Amino acid sequence: MNITNLSKIALNALLRNKFRAFLTMLGIIIGVASVIAMLAIGEGSKKSIQDQISSMGSNLVMVMPGTQMMGGVQQGNASSKALDIKDVKAIRQDCPSVSAVSPEVRGGGQVVAGGNNWPTTFYGGDVNYLDIKKVEVKAGRMFTEQEVASAAKVCLIGQTVADNLFGNEVDPVGQTIRFKNIPVRVIGLLEEKGENTFGMDQDDLLIGPYTTVQKRILAVTHINAILSSAVSEDATTQAVAEITTAMRASHKLSEGEDDDFQIRTQAELVSTFSSISDILTTLLGAISAISLLVGGIGIMNIMYVSVTERTREIGLRMSIGGRGLDILMQFLIESILLSVIGGIIGILLGVTASAVIGNLTGWPIAVMPLAIIMSFLVCTAIGIFFGWYPARKAAGLNPIDALRFE
Amino acid sequence: MVRNIISVSSLKKDFIVGEVTVHALRSVNLNITEGEFVAIMGTSGSGKSTMLNILGCLDKPTEGTYLLDGIDVSTLSKNELARLRNLKLGFVFQSYNLLPRTSALENVELPLFYNDSVKPRERRERAIAALGAVGLEDRMHHMPNQLSGGQQQRVAIARSLVNDPVVILADEATGNLDTRTSYEIMALFQELNAKGKTIVFVTHEPEIAGFTTRNVHFRDGNIIKENLVTNRGSAREMINAMPMEVDS
Repeated sequence: MNITNLSKIALNALLRNKFRAFLTMLGIIIGVASVIAMLAIGEGSKKSIQDQISSMGSNLVMVMPGTQMMGGVQQGNASSKALDIKDVKAIRQDCPSVSAVSPEVRGGGQVVAGGNNWPTTFYGGDVNYLDIKKVEVKAGRMFTEQEVASAAKVCLIGQTVADNLFGNEVDPVGQTIRFKNIPVRVIGLLEEKGENTFGMDQDDLLIGPYTTVQKRILAVTHINAILSSAVSEDATTQAVAEITTAMRASHKLSEGEDDDFQIRTQAELVSTFSSISDILTTLLGAISAISLLVGGIGIMNIMYVSVTERTREIGLRMSIGGRGLDILMQFLIESILLSVIGGIIGILLGVTASAVIGNLTGWPIAVMPLAIIMSFLVCTAIGIFFGWYPARKAAGLNPIDALRFE
Repeated sequence: MVRNIISVSSLKKDFIVGEVTVHALRSVNLNITEGEFVAIMGTSGSGKSTMLNILGCLDKPTEGTYLLDGIDVSTLSKNELARLRNLKLGFVFQSYNLLPRTSALENVELPLFYNDSVKPRERRERAIAALGAVGLEDRMHHMPNQLSGGQQQRVAIARSLVNDPVVILADEATGNLDTRTSYEIMALFQELNAKGKTIVFVTHEPEIAGFTTRNVHFRDGNIIKENLVTNRGSAREMINAMPMEVDS
């Protein structure tokens, strides 16, 4: 018995029950389509996170205070761990691989202008702060070194804050706003950046000289972070090493002591968020895979019913010369055809659905070729796995009993 | 020299049901030669169905030998038996056993699918010829549910003919049909027999057995009587003698 004949027999058997065959395939179709679409969405979001983080400057190196608690035990006085302007100066002097350094101070509060108010965050930085963060000024100007030195009460305003305080009619530049009751003059409007991948509004902020935020607003001497740019992306590792040495010296840490600060680079951030996104993708894929499994069980169920329903057909086929192996192969091929045809339709549907979802939501969608190949292989495997038991049952029938089956 | 198609000697078949052994066939000797039309008769439980299963290579005897066209069947494996059924035997069943939603032509083609040496073109030609032999060339593309009982049984007979078997085994082939249609089917069998086909026909109706050439009576697993049919009736003449049915 050759495979061509068997395939023809199997295909004819499926065509005799077109609607049932379609319903059986539907489980596989939906399963495969959702796996493809979910993986495409997951992969797309990963790409977009990577792009977004890179757009913030791939050579950005951030220094943050060290963890204050280790395993529930207070590691020391918090203020001694905190960063201050001395550290910024140390990095500026001792790190040849770093091209720009700025402190970052931030504090949240209510900002008031006229009858309107809005909760936002006031970021303080040096004159090169916008360059390091890759933010542009849309209208007005950046603050000057002199304004930093004198802790001038000036700020640049993000679009969201501007909209909420002034609406569309009033030009925010030149207005005076009150942040935590301190009057601050708006000298510039920041270019819109929109939401980031995590849904955070990047325009909901004020930016001013760090001295202003430290002294006039928060009345503190520490800073929250140090932002610096390595001379190039490749020099990032070198920059990290230099900054570590400079920071340890600045904090007077002896040989055996642990760092009391953390250094984060953009590259690290990319890999951290990529791995978070990978987990999400895996999760989405796994949920879809369950529907694929359910589809496979659907095939098994139908094949099982089909064997019982076609017992006399099986008896007849045996009486006219079909061997057990021929019967086994026929049913196995039927189930493989169901799952593979279902899989192909599912792949087409999944790719289409990904494109439609991408268009409707504006999410970046990346269909993975690997997902398509995998789906196809998995479908074949499902066909064999779930077809095997019913096919063996059919092949094991006694032709005499099968022929007399009512 | 007359060729022995079926040669059975000291054939025994026991079934073990629980702790009881049922002797379905006790010691059967039977020879059927080429061109014979044999009716196997008996009540239910007489062993005639068991006999047919063994003759059809669907079951193996407990003891004794069975030569089909000179081949000792008892030594063959399951797969070899399947091949023998494909090449040497044709089955006709009481309930036709046609595949539903499959055209008459495709139903008749079916046995040839299990024979690798038959190419698709030859398969079609032989199926068309077999349907022609049973007078259904104009119903080739009808589905079973578009055919009458008699026509369905003819498709089944065409299917049994298509591989040119050495013997056709019919199991109560007229059991589901009315008298007139039964006669038509018997007339067809008589025509095939006249062309030289060997036929073994299991029935419990003496009237039907009267159309064959030899009757073998089974009771309690033994052959109790064998007789040649002397005044053999012609099914075709019987039909012609019947009053014409008026279509309403």
